[in-house]
Amino acid sequence: MSDGSVLRCGGGAVAGRAPTGAPRGGRRALVHPGAWWLWALALGTAATRTTNPLLLALLIGVSGYVVATHRIATPAARSYAAFVKLGLAVLAVRLVFAVALGSPIPGSHVLLTLPEVPLPHWAQGIRLGGEVTAEALLFAAYDGLKLATLLICVGAANALAAPSRLLKSLPGALYETGVAVVVALTFAPHLIADVRRLRAARRLRGRPDRGLRGLLQVGLPVLEGALERSVALAAAMESRGYGRTATVPARVRRTTAALTLGGLLGVCAGTYGLLTAAGGTYGLPLLLAGVGAALAGLRLGGRRSLRTRYRPDPWGVRAWLVTGSGVAVAALLTLASVRDPEALHPGVVPLVAPGLPLWPAAAVLLGLLPALVVPQAPVSPRNPEEPSP
Amino acid sequence: MIRFENVGVRYDGAAEPTLRGIDFEVPEGELVLLVGPSGVGKSTVLGAVSGLVPHFTGGTLGGRVTVAGRDTRTHKPRELADVVGTVGQDPLAHFVTDTVEDELAYGMESLGLAPEVMRRRVEETLDLLGLAGLRDRPIATLSGGQRQRVAIGSVLTPHPRVLVLDEPTSALDPAAAEEVLAVLQRLVHDLGTTVLMAEHRLERVVQYADRVVLLPAPGAAPVVGPPAEVMAVSPVCPPVVDLGRLAGWSPLPLTVRDARRRAEDLRELLAGAVAPVAGGRAKAEVPAAPVRASRRRSLFRRAAAPAPASVPGPVPVRETAPLAEIRSLTVRRARIEALRQVGLTLVPGETTALMGRNGAGKSTLLGALTGLVEPTAGTVRVLGATPHRTGPRELIRRVGLVPQDPRDLLYADTVAAECVAADQDADAEPGTCRALLAELLPGVTDDTHPRDLSEGQCLALALAVVLTARPPLLLLDEPTRGLDYAAKARLAAILRGLAAEGHAILLATHDVELAAEIAHRVVLLAEGEVIADGPTAEIVVSSPSFAPQVTKILAPQRWLTVTEVRETLDGRETLGERETLDEGEALGER
Repeated sequence: MSDGSVLRCGGGAVAGRAPTGAPRGGRRALVHPGAWWLWALALGTAATRTTNPLLLALLIGVSGYVVATHRIATPAARSYAAFVKLGLAVLAVRLVFAVALGSPIPGSHVLLTLPEVPLPHWAQGIRLGGEVTAEALLFAAYDGLKLATLLICVGAANALAAPSRLLKSLPGALYETGVAVVVALTFAPHLIADVRRLRAARRLRGRPDRGLRGLLQVGLPVLEGALERSVALAAAMESRGYGRTATVPARVRRTTAALTLGGLLGVCAGTYGLLTAAGGTYGLPLLLAGVGAALAGLRLGGRRSLRTRYRPDPWGVRAWLVTGSGVAVAALLTLASVRDPEALHPGVVPLVAPGLPLWPAAAVLLGLLPALVVPQAPVSPRNPEEPSP
Repeated sequence: MIRFENVGVRYDGAAEPTLRGIDFEVPEGELVLLVGPSGVGKSTVLGAVSGLVPHFTGGTLGGRVTVAGRDTRTHKPRELADVVGTVGQDPLAHFVTDTVEDELAYGMESLGLAPEVMRRRVEETLDLLGLAGLRDRPIATLSGGQRQRVAIGSVLTPHPRVLVLDEPTSALDPAAAEEVLAVLQRLVHDLGTTVLMAEHRLERVVQYADRVVLLPAPGAAPVVGPPAEVMAVSPVCPPVVDLGRLAGWSPLPLTVRDARRRAEDLRELLAGAVAPVAGGRAKAEVPAAPVRASRRRSLFRRAAAPAPASVPGPVPVRETAPLAEIRSLTVRRARIEALRQVGLTLVPGETTALMGRNGAGKSTLLGALTGLVEPTAGTVRVLGATPHRTGPRELIRRVGLVPQDPRDLLYADTVAAECVAADQDADAEPGTCRALLAELLPGVTDDTHPRDLSEGQCLALALAVVLTARPPLLLLDEPTRGLDYAAKARLAAILRGLAAEGHAILLATHDVELAAEIAHRVVLLAEGEVIADGPTAEIVVSSPSFAPQVTKILAPQRWLTVTEVRETLDGRETLGERETLDEGEALGER
């Protein structure tokens, strides 16, 4: 295998599909996954700056459009739909709470009156039922929509770059933690598959396979299965060299520990200084020094790790553009929320129809930049010839 | 390369040591096969090579295991990662990353190889294992054989000198197994890799082995030697060896080819006889033997050995009302057609084997019969009911399914509790399930935890649980996975008995030997369509990948199993002189 003269062996299934010199999109990301995550999280940050439903809808639209054109074909990408559903659920829950528990928003447009449940005196301040006003509902809807948009943006990040690819870019010293997180992340889909299989098996035993009871009763076997699988995976990882370390001189080890600990202390003290009124002078320098020391510690700590990277994702011009567009949206909306809070937070008392502020809307559209600068993945890797099991 | 010196392993809390006095050596560049019945500690031996035993599993290791000169007592598995590559039973549990290319690179990254080296080796390995077209694919979308090849590739990239494999072909269909074995063959021949492998499906692997290490019983000393010699004394052996022993060939043939060259006499001896399968066989023409002779012989044979217990019983009359009927069934899931226009009728007393590649739709078809899968088009009727619209309590009286992993069906802490629960689920008389279990699996105590049972015992318990509701239609998904030959023979006997009682049995299996032994009828699926449906003899004999070994050896005669041959020969002896006369006649006619 060490020389190049190996022959292709009998895997007939792959004949004719060998990649030629054509540029491949598939797995090799065209843009650094970190750029997608920064972009999506920046859009999420922008969403927290406003409650204007039109702007929020625009943000959802922008992220949704980029996802539609640039999503990757991995199982994680399917989580976008799940995140959208989760967002809608959050919105619904927020509305239900506003209806059932009332709301501190004073309102005069009563939509309906629910019977109010009298509560004992120790539950003062909590109300069950009572009047439901249009203002309260609208406020809850705006608030819920904000959260939903945030969630959908996180979903977009998942769909555009798998979190596991992102973790590949962690510095060497953090790599092992990163793998642990990746493994934990891949466990969720396995757990869901297990739950499905075991609920199906309940049907074979003649027990109801639907409903909450069925779900609860498979809980223990599912956890047992997950535990067994994680032990098997740990064994596989161990035997593949996970956790091999290089011997480093004691001096380097001690310096690493000192730098990391000192850096963390510096970060804590600096943050404290920044937040308290008195420490305005020493806060920022201390914070920066702390961050610097911690980074140096991480870098030095990386020496203990033998790991090398296989085809690391390069951070290129496209990555800068993608990140930049997201950060610009966040920055401009933050600025707008300071300059023009009225437009970004439409009032609910009195009831008014929210208007679309022109400049913030234009700023949100900046988030579409990735759709223009990043070429679309050429073909989806789904291969119709080979059935998936 | 690998040296075991008087090795013993005792797990914590176990009364008896799992291994005792293991003493053998694997020279560099050999493919060594580790065989033995279930539960003799094959996996423990493999684990000791990679250092997982005892560093990872706990327990005490006595003696010394050295791999490429490194003592596993002082080297942790991660420090052996550059000389030993290990692939466990379930390749899915082995994958750390989510795409093929990353997975191949993972081990090298851990070892800290230079990026250029990694790049080159990944490309080489992709070609070597025929994975180039799959490099970008998410691992979750690969078929079983592809996964196994990726798992092997992922441990090959660091260029280990030793490869340790635990049941690499057990879960694969015959073609995928060939694929994996071809790769191993190449590694041993071209790259000089040392391979140590445990496998139950000896018929697939024994001919590739340079040497066999047999663990005859728990705690017994291993028997090491060339395959032919060890197979002569082994309690587990593939049909080709069994046939060789029966015919008294020495040295024993291990491949179909060798056996064919020795089998001329045997073929002559059997020439006139009709194989005792009463089923499709009797209806089918037997082209090998002259018609006149064959007719006469079959009369003798019946007189001599009436209804031998080891072959499928008489084929049920197809005119009886069908138990289950599937008409132009189509199942579409996630835009993929899992089944397309499938039609199938199951009648009482008939055993049907459902065969085909991994992913051909076998499990989906079983799912449709149990209502787990809703048909997109077409109808499924089981005793007049539509499975997916029938409540579970009703359904289990009509159809029972033992899933691929029988443990899925078991929830309770003890065997007794499991049986009580099964009686309640099925509204059966208390004790029904326990009685069934006592029949299927004598000697299991009430307080055993189902997880402590072996694969075969688990299957028996799940079968008992399913049979408690007395379903006339019994489905089994891949029942022989992980079973040794003894457990398989027991299962075959049980299923034969159930078919004789009038159960309709449908089993999805890759195991051609099992299908040959018990099925009256074989249905072949490919890409969701039925491509063949007919008597076992007709279907498997004509297929190179689905023909059992005995068929291949004795072709063009149509024998399926060693038991058939044995019984015919036994019957022969009782016929005495007459037989020799016939023999000459038959020869003359040829």
